[in-house]
Amino acid sequence: MATVRLSFSPAPVHVRTARLVGVAVARRAGVAEELLDEVRLAIGEACTRAVALHNQYGLADLVTVEMSDSEAYSVRVIDHAPIEASVGLTKLPPDELADESLTDEALTTGVGFALLAGFVDDLQVRPVEDGPGTEVRMVWPVQRR
Amino acid sequence: MELSLATRTVEEHTVLEVGGEVDVYTAPRLRERLVELVDSGVRDVVVDLGGVEFLDSTGLGVLVGAMKRLRVANGSFSLVCSKEALLKIFRITALDQVFPIFPTIEAATRGSDDSAIS
Repeated sequence: MATVRLSFSPAPVHVRTARLVGVAVARRAGVAEELLDEVRLAIGEACTRAVALHNQYGLADLVTVEMSDSEAYSVRVIDHAPIEASVGLTKLPPDELADESLTDEALTTGVGFALLAGFVDDLQVRPVEDGPGTEVRMVWPVQRR
Repeated sequence: MELSLATRTVEEHTVLEVGGEVDVYTAPRLRERLVELVDSGVRDVVVDLGGVEFLDSTGLGVLVGAMKRLRVANGSFSLVCSKEALLKIFRITALDQVFPIFPTIEAATRGSDDSAIS
């Protein structure tokens, strides 16, 4: 059951708001203080990815972030871009990172996924149930209050 | 905190001091500043991340872009960073193998491999 749900137009300026809310809810949910930087970064990366996809496809639909603190702290970041766009989530090897032929967009996408995969132990990327879009689901443990 | 940018010259290097949050919203301003520096003829750039509180993939992309631009222009590009939280980001993305990262501005302008973190 979602405890906090945030929807925002796909503009970069709102990603910071999503990070701030996500960390505030994580703290209240009981996520360990030393994990909060990782929560902040991961929510930011997932939202940045969603905003980039909406902009790429010219979609004005809202990006949704759902935060739930039942048992663990789970965050779902939901976009509405065509599914095939999500296939680009691949981690880049070090020797390709500084390659001249790699575009800035491809680099940022690859680095963003590396950060998500590196900072979130429990990470799932899957299609949304209704209509086009993907859901990035991240889960962090909470301490007993 | 908003992005802050300031430049100064140290030992013939242009040091760009970055502060605040570098993310998908603010990174374009960092990119513009770095492009301005290169276009104005600066060739040895040190980016001091000491005041950075948040850095995401967009910011990392801008730093890689600047490094490539300077490489083409036969210049040099290095980072100053001693915050563990940021160093972890460079390690996870393998960008610690791409950027020369130094703990202090003095070490970066000296360019000694001995003092590089990566």
